[in-house]
Amino acid sequence: MPQCSAIIRSLVIDKLFASAEAALADIPNGATVMIGGFGNAGMPAALIDALIAQGARDLTIVNNNAGNGDTGLAALLKAKRVKKILCSFPRQADSWHFDGLYRAGEIELELVPQGTLAERIRAAGAGIGGFYTPTAFGTRLAEGKESRRIGDRDYVLELPIHADYALIKADRADRWGNLTYRMTARNFAPIMASAAKCTVVQVRETVELGSLDPEAIVTPGIFVKRVVRIAAPLQKVA
Amino acid sequence: MKKLDRNQMAARVARDIPDGSVVNLGIGLPTLVGDHLPKGREIILHSENGVLGIGPRPAPGQEDEDLMNAGKEPVTLLTGGSYFHHADSFAMIRGRHLDFCVLGAFQVSVAGDLANWHTGGADAIPAVGGAMDLAVGAKKVLVMMEHLTKKGESKIVERCSYPLTGARCVNRIYTDLAVIDVKADGLHVIETVEGLSFEELQRLTGVPLKRLASAA
Repeated sequence: MPQCSAIIRSLVIDKLFASAEAALADIPNGATVMIGGFGNAGMPAALIDALIAQGARDLTIVNNNAGNGDTGLAALLKAKRVKKILCSFPRQADSWHFDGLYRAGEIELELVPQGTLAERIRAAGAGIGGFYTPTAFGTRLAEGKESRRIGDRDYVLELPIHADYALIKADRADRWGNLTYRMTARNFAPIMASAAKCTVVQVRETVELGSLDPEAIVTPGIFVKRVVRIAAPLQKVA
Repeated sequence: MKKLDRNQMAARVARDIPDGSVVNLGIGLPTLVGDHLPKGREIILHSENGVLGIGPRPAPGQEDEDLMNAGKEPVTLLTGGSYFHHADSFAMIRGRHLDFCVLGAFQVSVAGDLANWHTGGADAIPAVGGAMDLAVGAKKVLVMMEHLTKKGESKIVERCSYPLTGARCVNRIYTDLAVIDVKADGLHVIETVEGLSFEELQRLTGVPLKRLASAA
């Protein structure tokens, strides 16, 4: 895996990249890539399009879903770039590209309960080697996993999910990579940012260092390597 | 007998949610409960994708792609509402901070086992979402479902034939025919719809039911 770094220009930290293409140029075949978003909210559409254009194959993708309609993650699946997906809710009315690949045996699925998915990502970012959760105990999603009784409850051992890259969307960023989000578009982004070696962020707006309220920064820049501004209206009618 | 329709079922569940509760409504039928919460009661709705204090549906044209519920439907935020990331959202769920969740179901067993995520069919694509977390995490798990399958078989069963979502997790079942509590000593019928006797409900349900003095 190439070393992931920001471009250092004239001895200041500057994580702003000129384009999505430049920010994703080094993603190799076989990489594990987390993609933020829950439905369209927080989906980094421009980064996903750039990943498709970039051409990396045999990817392992981590997302809550397995693509909707014909764009975004669904288009990445359709292009047959994904060998495995970890998600909680693949089957939806418009998940036809995933459905077809899955039925043809052309994609591996690791189905993870949504809260366990979130906590496994969080654990990776926090340096935790695993955790016991009551979720899924006694169900087929716990089969083959270590379980343990603690106090009066039964728990299942779950392991962290690390990634090479995380592609997320935020609302505003400064050149240090500090991020704010908008409404429920936050969803998986802060934890994915912490769990990947190289986090690439698509933002609506970049601002001068110092103009984000330190009390309101949700993801501190330490978790972010690259920022790309993709201009968009503030409110997009659903 | 007067079977309840979907809105009547939702209104019946809503009646039992006390003032001040924090509640998660599952996608589909349970989401309807939000439309029937009694006016004037302060109830905080939680959604897995990272929001507390969901308000009514937005007016046409006012929808915002960034403000959704777990069913990916546009919603609004009440004054006092908040946003948070997914790990915090499921800490609220798993950490027993929700007073109630309302879930749909394929089957509920006499012991309170819940099956609602997978039909188990060889060709079926499984999807679980947050159901397993809600089943083990909410202080009270309420199930809302039709009493009978389209073939007329009871969805309340001795043992679930579908894969489990959670074991011994359901507290109360609301159907289009009855309200039934799941207790350590079995199923207690709280009420039946107008024109349905306990004996008839027992015949339709198959598994043993206990009659409360107040039930019809």
